[in-house]
Amino acid sequence: MMEWIVSILLIAGALFMLVAAIGVIKLSDVYMRMHAITKAASLGAILMLAAVLLWHPQWIVGIEALMVVIFVIFTAPIGTHMIARVAHRMKVPKGDGYIMDELQDELDRQQKEGEETL
Amino acid sequence: MTLEGYPILTFAVYFSFASLTVSLFAGLYRLLTGPSLPDRMVVMDLIASLVIGLILTYIMQTGQTVYLNVAVVIALLVFMGNIAFAKYLKRRIEK
Repeated sequence: MMEWIVSILLIAGALFMLVAAIGVIKLSDVYMRMHAITKAASLGAILMLAAVLLWHPQWIVGIEALMVVIFVIFTAPIGTHMIARVAHRMKVPKGDGYIMDELQDELDRQQKEGEETL
Repeated sequence: MTLEGYPILTFAVYFSFASLTVSLFAGLYRLLTGPSLPDRMVVMDLIASLVIGLILTYIMQTGQTVYLNVAVVIALLVFMGNIAFAKYLKRRIEK
């Protein structure tokens, strides 16, 4: 029974990572690719860590798996946020289908009112 | 604990290896043809996640849980690399 659960978790994690890679190829600009990578790859890593922890139920494995999960969950959004901000600042061309760009609106407003931009 | 005597888990491990390898080649394609520098940084993030997945699958295959340390270190180093890249690019833009 445990073998089935661990196998399903492992395959699900690998498939989520495959979905992230397909998203990297198919999607059309930087921001959409960030959307694909950050969520799908983090969830895949968490599922595979759960599989390892269920197959080796020891304290040290649990602590280290928890450390990896915490690092992935807390650091992936911060790093992606900084990259997205730099990409917006570098004026990387956007794909089709965007209906709003709040950072650009804010920068335009600050420039119009003469405030110092961040 | 190795994989002998667990046929379903053996299939899962090899399926996972194959899937992660295909994902690595997809990331390599985007790394080589990425139109801009932020594309390549984002793909480095994906490749780090894939390497963590490969390490976890290797732990399942061999039963050596020591390799979890490598996963911890990679998860930390990628964050540091992203922050450093972003800072450097921001400074280059402001010049």
